[in-house]
Amino acid sequence: MNITAEHLTYVYNAGSPFAAKALDDVSLTIEEGEFFGIIGHTGSGKSTFVKHLNGLIRLPSSQKHYKKPKAKKGKPAPVVPSLKVGDFDLGSRKTDFYALRKKVGMVFQYPEAQLFAETVFDDVAFGLKNFEKELTKEQIESAVKAAIGIVGLDYEAVKEASPFDLSGGQKRRAAIAGVIVTKPEILILDEPAAGLDPLGKREIMALLHRLHSTWCKTVIVVSHDMDEIAENCTRAAVFAEGKLVCALPPRALFLKTEELRALGLDIPLTAKLCLALRERGIGIDCDFTADDFVRAVLAKRGAQ
Amino acid sequence: MKDVSFGQYYPVDSFVHKVDPRLKILFLIGYIVAIFLAKNFYGLAVCAFVLLLVILFSRVPILKVLRAVKGILFLVIFTAALNILFNRSEEVYWAGPAVYWRWKIFSVTQGGIVVSLFLVARLILLVTLSSMLTYTTTPVALTDGLESLLTPLKWMHIPVYVLADVMSIALRFIPELSAQTERIADAQKSRGASLDSGGPVKRVKAFVPVLVPLFLAAFRIADDLGEAMESRCYMSGRTRTKYKKMHFTWRDLLVFLLLGGMIAGVVLLRIYIGGIL
Repeated sequence: MNITAEHLTYVYNAGSPFAAKALDDVSLTIEEGEFFGIIGHTGSGKSTFVKHLNGLIRLPSSQKHYKKPKAKKGKPAPVVPSLKVGDFDLGSRKTDFYALRKKVGMVFQYPEAQLFAETVFDDVAFGLKNFEKELTKEQIESAVKAAIGIVGLDYEAVKEASPFDLSGGQKRRAAIAGVIVTKPEILILDEPAAGLDPLGKREIMALLHRLHSTWCKTVIVVSHDMDEIAENCTRAAVFAEGKLVCALPPRALFLKTEELRALGLDIPLTAKLCLALRERGIGIDCDFTADDFVRAVLAKRGAQ
Repeated sequence: MKDVSFGQYYPVDSFVHKVDPRLKILFLIGYIVAIFLAKNFYGLAVCAFVLLLVILFSRVPILKVLRAVKGILFLVIFTAALNILFNRSEEVYWAGPAVYWRWKIFSVTQGGIVVSLFLVARLILLVTLSSMLTYTTTPVALTDGLESLLTPLKWMHIPVYVLADVMSIALRFIPELSAQTERIADAQKSRGASLDSGGPVKRVKAFVPVLVPLFLAAFRIADDLGEAMESRCYMSGRTRTKYKKMHFTWRDLLVFLLLGGMIAGVVLLRIYIGGIL
């Protein structure tokens, strides 16, 4: 399923003194199979954008009392925002948002805050039971077992445990299991590694790679952490003040050091090292992953 | 970021917004007294004029003010209908029969129409001015004002300051908790929970996945806040200073004079004009 957004615009509290433009004319295509990163400051519109993708925020044209803007003489035709996720047209009133949410899984920031059931099993099964009412007990059990297994928890040990007795990292993984249990084609994660220690971060990222290759076709990660983006993403979009600045592969993106810094964003450690080396007259050509950086540096030294 | 507007507060800079919250609360009380002192439409006209002044000087859009009345529309219609149907007075206010229609205990009379109009006007004035208070005063200013007005209770050893602290903390965390609710509801919705369909029982049940995490979050916030306050040596019961001191200014004097004038006017009209019309 490809995601195609055109002229997506969203205003919070429209028509009140608190009105704030959260998205401003964003056009972006995310293709199936990408490991897509979304970067931006707090309030840059990145969360608003991903909330559109599974219908938590609706386009105006999909709402009941929507009136088409009329074309005025002498002015260009008004642009109507549109958003398509696979076959779902999110601008249409007839779209089955329920079916959409089954295809597009969403892991919120601090997903452990959504745990509620008495056992980990029940919590993970919650989404599955909501979306697929006809499953037999065995089918549910095998799906839950698989989901708990792939996030790296011990099924036998945690299935009867209360989710509130797990450790922080385990809670987060249980919560992620509760989203991926329905095998969504697109998985969106908002700051999945926020608040974890470096080891926990690495584990979550490894988990996302596992999911990306076997479980969900497309993975979209919202993140502050540039190292994370450089290390993992095939392409990343930069948001600033509701606008899309650019969407590029890390190799091209992190060459724009000045632009990113002007937006108050950081660059990955590898890019900083490349800069420092260039100042000393050593040009390093790499894709800004740690492995490739090391390879490029060693190759350079071998050549000297 | 979304629901910044909590309650009804309408954030503009105006004369009414700047008036001392204590005075605004007293003004509301005085206004209610005046409305109930008024015995005829002339008295209410004075009150209506004052209300008009308040609305004009508050810069709250008139549509927003009318929305407050819309909220009690049902009550207004109900009151009016009851009064028209059950009033049996035979008084004549204008040319025409005193009783228009009668059936068993129900009747429509001139007196009934006049009285129900009077009550409706009273109700609308009352509700509109109360909502003007919440439109122009932040919840925090309201609590501060209330605390200050309740000072006499302190002399009776009732811990007003503790109540005020509790209230302002509660108010402070309403936006926080509503944002949290929205986040959790979003998370469960994207896991296929349907929170806004089905019968009442089903809906209540559907809210369990939202309520459990919400309570946990509330307890966590309360714990954190308690510890933070304690680590900064919070002690209830000490006389505390205020960041924002309330002062009476020329504005407040004007408002005070307006209140006095209104009550005096209503009382004079009550004495010198006998009838309701």
